[in-house]
Amino acid sequence: MKLTLHIWRQRDSETKGEMVQYIVDDVSEHMSFLEMMDVLNDNLVKKGEEPIAFDHDCREGICGMCSMVINGQPHGPQKGVTTCQLHMRSFNDGDSIYIEPFRAKGFPVVRDLIVDRSAFDRIIQAGGYVSVGTGSAPDGNAIPIKKEEADEAFNAATCIGCAACVASCKNASAMLFVSAKIAQLDRLPQGKVESKERVSKMIAQMDEEGFGNCTNTGACSAECPKEISLENIARMNRLHLKSTISPT
Amino acid sequence: MAFSGLFLIVFLTQHMLINMLSVIDSLRLNFFGVEESNLFNEVAYFMGNNPLVQFGLQPVLIAGFMIHMVMAFVLQAKNYAARPDRYQYANKARAYSWASMNMLITGGVVIGFLGLHFYDFWIPELKAKYVTGKAHIGDGPATEEILADVNRFYPELVHRMKYPWRVAIYCGSFVLLGLHLNHGFQSSFQTTGVSQGKYIPLIKKAGITFSIVVPFLFTVVALVHFFIS
Ligand code: HEM
Ligand code: FES
Repeated sequence: MKLTLHIWRQRDSETKGEMVQYIVDDVSEHMSFLEMMDVLNDNLVKKGEEPIAFDHDCREGICGMCSMVINGQPHGPQKGVTTCQLHMRSFNDGDSIYIEPFRAKGFPVVRDLIVDRSAFDRIIQAGGYVSVGTGSAPDGNAIPIKKEEADEAFNAATCIGCAACVASCKNASAMLFVSAKIAQLDRLPQGKVESKERVSKMIAQMDEEGFGNCTNTGACSAECPKEISLENIARMNRLHLKSTISPT
Repeated sequence: MAFSGLFLIVFLTQHMLINMLSVIDSLRLNFFGVEESNLFNEVAYFMGNNPLVQFGLQPVLIAGFMIHMVMAFVLQAKNYAARPDRYQYANKARAYSWASMNMLITGGVVIGFLGLHFYDFWIPELKAKYVTGKAHIGDGPATEEILADVNRFYPELVHRMKYPWRVAIYCGSFVLLGLHLNHGFQSSFQTTGVSQGKYIPLIKKAGITFSIVVPFLFTVVALVHFFIS
């Protein structure tokens, strides 16, 4: 396959960036998107040019490190996959592909396609945990939990924190991520105890990081590689309302 | 946003129901040979003269609108600031509807419409009641007798709906109001945290129905008076 790539190049958060055009013509349709980027970088290094910086780690869709907005969609055109799991067969020979970093005030560009997502870590540090030691894995039947609750808690927990929700939202809102972390804990007895304080603290941190507010367009959930449900946001709003009315 | 929006939804529903009375009046007068039908006049007179409505509910309504509008602009400004560097390639994220992405546009058209609507009915009414003490119907002279006439509302409504350009603007705005409500209705249940589990499909259906039925009936009001009354 031969592709024309338009890629965002930016030295650091202080410098202005721009789209730069590259041609790659030795791409196999069986490659993953990141392998295609590796091929391009190989070519650049051979020519003595600076390779394109991009984030990745597991390359199997579980760590949430890979990012990139591909033709206007975080993680590209395929539903429910991360960039590392996206394959070149989703594109056609001769295509032009536009690749940009996840853009948000809360995510300053580190270089090229890498953005600093530590805002998410700070939100988790603000309250996304259970503050007592709950010991090692207990007997499965020690605390009975309804199957549906357990399933939904698990579904929320599948969020890999990649931030595609922020990247896709027209308001750069982080509410899908934050609500998934809140719902995951709120649905289980060990987490429920601290739900109210957790919600207030995490939302306060989220606002401080400069993320926008949810207007329920649903883009986050539709673009989420783990298809996290909007119902989590409603749950977070409900808890937030409750904790505002009676904080304890 | 959500609470003021829900309040406006309640307001809109009662407004539509009262307007429907004028349609019933028109049909009775024009098709059923009824000499006099003053359902709309009676309710309009009550709403315009009851002190509880005028000095209790009306200020709350104005406040509701102001809160909704001011918060809408504050919200948009904040959200716009959350992404200082825009995407180069247009955002192609799969949001669920055009309406959900363009609330400011549809809301803006509603503001514009309200400007005309106030000019048509509300401002003349306030002027007559609280400034000049004289009302008029259509292009006729303003007199104190007309202001005292309990049945002056229906003929004034019919007169306003005589103009094709006005009816066209009204009906066009109702389409955009429908789009605004199409997203706003279900969005407000999400924002207040009511949306969960089995209620979600119910809320979605109710929202779609509301956003079609209410603007449609407003359109019916405008068209009935244009073509029939
Ligand atoms: C006067 C002009 C209006 C403007 C400028 C306006 C603007 C807006 C904006 C910008 C939003 C929130 C943005 C979003 O959720 O994407 C919104 C939400 C909403 N609007 Fe309006 N609106 C207007 C009139 C109305 C009217 C007449 C009604 C109902 C009768 C209404 C009902 C709603 C509802 C229910 C919401 C959803 C609230 C939420 O989920 O937070 N609006 N409006
Ligand atoms: S690199 Fe780990 S999810 Fe893509």
